[in-house]
This record gives sequence, structure tokens and C-alpha cells, in this order.
Amino acid sequence: MKRLFTFLSIVTAILLVYGLYQALVAAPTERTMGDVQRIFYYHVPSAWTAFCLFFTNLIASIVYLATKRMKADALAVASAEVGVVFCTIVLVTGPIWARPVWGIWWTWDVRLTTTLVLWLIYVSYLVLRRFSDTAQTPILAAVLAVFGALDVPIVYFSIWFFRTQHPQPVMGRGGSLDPRMLHAFLINLLAFSCFGALVCWSRYRLELLHREVEEAHAMASLSDAEPAKATLPLNRSPR
Amino acid sequence: MNAIKFLFAAYIATWLIHAFYLGTLVRRFGRLRRELKELHKP
Repeated sequence: MKRLFTFLSIVTAILLVYGLYQALVAAPTERTMGDVQRIFYYHVPSAWTAFCLFFTNLIASIVYLATKRMKADALAVASAEVGVVFCTIVLVTGPIWARPVWGIWWTWDVRLTTTLVLWLIYVSYLVLRRFSDTAQTPILAAVLAVFGALDVPIVYFSIWFFRTQHPQPVMGRGGSLDPRMLHAFLINLLAFSCFGALVCWSRYRLELLHREVEEAHAMASLSDAEPAKATLPLNRSPR
Repeated sequence: MNAIKFLFAAYIATWLIHAFYLGTLVRRFGRLRRELKELHKP
């Protein structure tokens, strides 16, 4: 498993470096926006990876609700946290792209607002996981994740169903992309997907380790409590 | 500020966020491993 992780890390690093070269050097400059359009090669793959991770969170949450398997819950936490990181990148790079192109950092348009709502839903999921420590927390979080995932298709299809300031999709639905731009985009899509999967895998291992430590703490406190319980009647003062 | 600065700002912001998050993961791994080692000490 460790070998596979190392191999995937090396492949991902090569893909990320090649993707960066493709995005900044090999891809042609877009005619109307100029070089700032190259943000697209990081912005869209980050959004795609966030969506994949939120989808993983949805599946893991459903599996947890159905089976109560601890590993499904650990995967749900891991994918939600890494998804929030990628979604944060989308929300940061979007306004940086919008400022020189639209002349504004932010507008309350459907795509942008639903993305912000999606980010807030998963941040609230993580806050719930972080600050609530009852036996019901994983169940409540899984239910929240199932409802939260409903926002993902709303974000994705918002530019098709509503008139928004956000650009329409450049592929499919009549849109087209220069083959060199498409190549740069697909390389970055693959690189970010692999990177997201690797980070999620690491976070999943961290979550398992965290649970192992909690279990060890519980066992230690139990073994500490046992002798105390045994000596309790001796220490009790006579009534 | 011209367009190229926005481009670099976006790329740098992306990698700074990733580096910060990976840093927190490494720190959390280290802390948990130390804690586990302490707990398993006889």
C-alpha cells in the first residue's frame, strides 16, 4: 500500500509539473481575455475535483447510514475536508479571474452564490464533526451530507438553467476549445483529480489514526479506572 | 495591476492553500503518532 502511495505521488507530481507547463507555456493565449484566461486551467479542475470529493462524501455517508461502518464515516470526513480545500481554491481563483475580465471581484449571480452556499454547507459539516462528540454526530453529519450534496447539481447546471454572468461551458452544447487548450485542460484535470485522490487518501489514513488514538485513550482510561474502582470501597469513609 | 499579475496571484494562491493544508496534515500526523507512541509505552 505504501509503495502504491509513493508511486501515485510521483506520477501526480509529474502530472502537476507537466500541467503547469501546459497551462502557462504550451497553451495558446486566448484572444479576448489574454493571459488571465490561463486561470481556467486551475479553476475548473479544482471545481471538478471538489465535486468528485463531495460525491465521494455523499456515497460514503449513504453507506454509513446503511451499514454503520466506521471506515465509511472516516472516508466521509476525509472527502468533505479535502473537498472544502478545493472548493476554497475555486472561490479564491474565481474572483481573481473575474476582476480583470468583468471589472468586479464578486457578483451575486446564481453560479457564484450556489458555489458559496455549497462551501458553507460543507464547512458547517466539518464544524459539526469538530465540535460535536456524541454517538449521534456521525449520523447527523451523514444526513447533512446527503442534503448538502443536493447543491452540487444545482451549482453544475445553474449556468444552463439560469442567465448568469458566469461563462457557459466551453465543451459540449455548441462550445469548442482549441486542441492545445483542450490538451492543457485535460492534463490539469487529470493532475488535479489524482492530487485530490492522494490528499483524500492521506486524510483518510489520518482519520483512521485519530480513531486509533481515541480508542487507545479510552482503553488507557479504562485500565486506570479499574484499580481505582477496586480500591473505592476501602477508601470510603464509614457512614 | 495588469492581467499577468492576476494570473500569477491565482496560481500562487492555489499552491499556498494546498501547501498550508498539506502542512496541517503533516503536523496532525506527527502529533497523533507521538500520542499513540506515548499511550503504548509500558
